[in-house]
Amino acid sequence: MVSALPPIALQAGGNRVVKGVKIEHVCGDPSLGSTGDAALRRRIVERCLDAVSAEVTKPTLFEIEEAEAAAP
Amino acid sequence: MRAAHYLNQFFAGVGGEEVADTPPHAHEGAIGPGRLLESLLGDGSGIATTLVCGDAFFNERADDAHAAVEAWLREAHPDLVVAGPAFAAGRYGVACAHVCRIAEELGFPAVTGFHPENPGRLTYPRAYAVPAGRTAAGMKDALGLIAVLGSKLAAGGELGPAEREGYLPRGIRRPGYREKPGAERAVDMLVAKLRGEPFVTEIPIDAYDAVPPAAPIADPATATIGLVTSGAIVPKGNPDRFKRASETRWSTYELDGREALSSDEFECVHGGFFNLIACENPNFVLPLDAVRALEQEGAIGRVLDFYCATSGNDQRLADCARNGREIASALVEAGANAALLVAT
Repeated sequence: MVSALPPIALQAGGNRVVKGVKIEHVCGDPSLGSTGDAALRRRIVERCLDAVSAEVTKPTLFEIEEAEAAAP
Repeated sequence: MRAAHYLNQFFAGVGGEEVADTPPHAHEGAIGPGRLLESLLGDGSGIATTLVCGDAFFNERADDAHAAVEAWLREAHPDLVVAGPAFAAGRYGVACAHVCRIAEELGFPAVTGFHPENPGRLTYPRAYAVPAGRTAAGMKDALGLIAVLGSKLAAGGELGPAEREGYLPRGIRRPGYREKPGAERAVDMLVAKLRGEPFVTEIPIDAYDAVPPAAPIADPATATIGLVTSGAIVPKGNPDRFKRASETRWSTYELDGREALSSDEFECVHGGFFNLIACENPNFVLPLDAVRALEQEGAIGRVLDFYCATSGNDQRLADCARNGREIASALVEAGANAALLVAT
């Protein structure tokens, strides 16, 4: 799952949590312009594919690297 | 006081699971734990009639069982209805909850006994239920509490809050005055917490279930992925009339091969955050454009051509759990091996 509030998602028992951007725009960032935003959204979905392919034993957070989020 | 008592096949002494399909039948007087209950209710009180029904019958033939309970109560016209106690037994708990509901709908006060985790509490949360242990080892204590609470209910007096009267909270809040305002109570609680002293919260939070993680998928390039959001992305016009908060339902919406979600066709009706950004570009909440691109490139095997949505704002935990189970079954039925859920 993608959540902009990972502590809550993890506390609620989400086993594969991908860190989203903000609650108003969980998957993407309108301030990056359409190209940057599309690239960030793609990166988030790719991270979801990493998460669902990964073996986990408990609620686990999958983050997008800060540098990727700022300059995708 | 004339009480009417409901028991399952086990506590009535009929038998165990092998006779759980026993149809409802009434007996005159008290049976099994009813005899102890009768003595606890005190002089001048008695159990006039006991209805016995198998747990499987009650849950599998619910309409027939409910009709039998109603007919039994209309004939008995009791001052008090006692169901169970059901302890942690699920089907028995659900039956006891329905007995309490039907009794109260007919105007008869009713009481039961549940372990706090009994699913019967969700069936009819307004039931007056005393706390009981997990098993019948707690029978005597539970019946003692039932006798006290039941006598008060039968006398027709106004009951105080759950914490004072000793029944399980029914999720009802009434306006009233406390000795200290909320700010002072909150600070008192914080000070007690910091000192390591005991304190009682005024708003208990339901504990979440720990769900074992699903096994990973071998390769997304061969997987079928279903899209889900609790961010209330719906076709424009909100055809299912999703509420902005406290929704109890979920729905599926067709994607019809769309490459992205357009603001001309979809909108966000979630009431728990500033949703204009999501209305202008619903892909922020349901990233269909990115998912389709990865599908076309072969990084994702296939994406189901519909998505599941609910309005995940102030939704009761019980509804969340049910919606989650139902959505998961719908996705599995459609052939998904993974789900992408975006929560807002």
